[in-house]
Amino acid sequence: MKSGSNLEKVLNAGHFAVTTEFGPPKGTDLSIVKTKAEFLRGKVDAVNVTDCQTAVVRLSSIATSAILVGMGIEPVMQMTCRDRNRIAIQSDIFGASALGIRNMLAISGDHHNFGNQKNARKVYDIDSMQMLVLVKRMRDEKKMLGEETLIQGEVPMFIGAAANPFAPPMEFRALHLRKKIEAGADFIQTQSIYDVDKFREWMKIVCDMGLDRQCSILAGLTPLKSAGMAEYMAGNVPGMQIPDSLLKRMAGVPKEKAAEEGIRIFCEQVEQIREIKGIAGVHIMAVEWEHRIPEITERARLLPRPVL
Amino acid sequence: MIKAKRKPLEEIFDLTKKYSRILCVGCGGCTSVCLAGGQRETLMLKQELSALFKQKEKKADFSVFVTERQCNPEYISDIEDMVKDHDCIISTACGAGVQMLAERYSSKPVFPALNTMFIGLDRSTGLYQERCRSCGDCQLGYTGGICPVTCCSKSLFNGPCGGTNIDGSCELSRDIPCAWNGIYERLKAQNRVENILSIHPPMDWTDKGPGTLIQAGYENRYIKK
Repeated sequence: MKSGSNLEKVLNAGHFAVTTEFGPPKGTDLSIVKTKAEFLRGKVDAVNVTDCQTAVVRLSSIATSAILVGMGIEPVMQMTCRDRNRIAIQSDIFGASALGIRNMLAISGDHHNFGNQKNARKVYDIDSMQMLVLVKRMRDEKKMLGEETLIQGEVPMFIGAAANPFAPPMEFRALHLRKKIEAGADFIQTQSIYDVDKFREWMKIVCDMGLDRQCSILAGLTPLKSAGMAEYMAGNVPGMQIPDSLLKRMAGVPKEKAAEEGIRIFCEQVEQIREIKGIAGVHIMAVEWEHRIPEITERARLLPRPVL
Repeated sequence: MIKAKRKPLEEIFDLTKKYSRILCVGCGGCTSVCLAGGQRETLMLKQELSALFKQKEKKADFSVFVTERQCNPEYISDIEDMVKDHDCIISTACGAGVQMLAERYSSKPVFPALNTMFIGLDRSTGLYQERCRSCGDCQLGYTGGICPVTCCSKSLFNGPCGGTNIDGSCELSRDIPCAWNGIYERLKAQNRVENILSIHPPMDWTDKGPGTLIQAGYENRYIKK
């Protein structure tokens, strides 16, 4: 075991893993954290805590993750390269480990132009690939970047990375995934998948390269709540692609039944994705829908979750 | 070359309104080429600023002199007599030129009239694009001649990120091409994608304070043994 995290155990045991996303509040109101987190208890194997997503200042992912640890709910701490240089990244990884956080996801982060601090100076001292190398070195060799002396203590971290199968340059995306695995990724979360056929083709390439045997690939899924949301995501979310057939399907139902249709689509997608070779689980990105996760996971036949 | 853009006139006025004998010093180097600080632009600045002074009922005399280049001490030594007759200097050089003047004539306040923007290329007359962040460790050799530090919005060395739009644009704007998409396509066309198949290690951003460059061959002159 690399980290001893629940997610690692679930994946190692060959279970179809389920994770979901959790957005911290814009402030310090822990009652929000606790209320939202309780919806997720026992419904997923780990909870991804976002790191100031869309570059909007929120309660830090490290603090929120530590609170979840305290509640007995396993977090995956997201860490972006946007706001920290290599000193802060390594220091925060120590901090996270010391606080009992056992999974992390190394990502570039949404550019700060999207957020509420547009005048900020960007950091991007190291990129997400280099962050993977860095945390793997801390865990496996017990060394910091550029230092040969051993660190004091352990960094048992199960290391995740993101992948976007469909963004240009598409031909390079599988090779880029291979780089991330080489860098240190134990598990991968993909961008939200809507075109399952296209994803299946991509996974064939990934499996032919043997990448599915070198890391656990979780397919990202986002249930659509409304036709408006589907249109917005298709048009505005970086790297997102939604087939016209799905946009039409969402637009074809009355507004009050759109969420139901979105969940139905989600359940169909889970069934199709389960059958794809090389897929180790799903990552549900249900933005501000934490309270519907119990129903969604139940209906998609993702429950009960294994207790290991 | 270095590209610059004039500050708003009001801002230059606020910097200089206390003074009554103002010397506007132009630069015949980069800021002249990018139409921000040469002869024509410095004269225009003088005209606009003196009009604003009049409008605000402030009295001031303005003179103009355009140096060959402000970033070289030799070229700015010939304005010594003029400087004596003025109580402040406005420079239309880049930030380096402003500092050269301020250092050479340290008893006089020197104010920048321009914002130094970037090292860039000329697309057309008056149209410039940033292409170099002078990072000190040129990456262009393995990236097909597209700078990841400058042209990738996140300055990634192992791009692309997941935000590339379907049309190959950057998540920041449909008007900005994804640098890493461009890097891949160009390397592929040149049959050297292998350049970006291995992980590029973290950049050496070592910061030793303001940089000093001693050109090869000049070491004996400047480095004491």
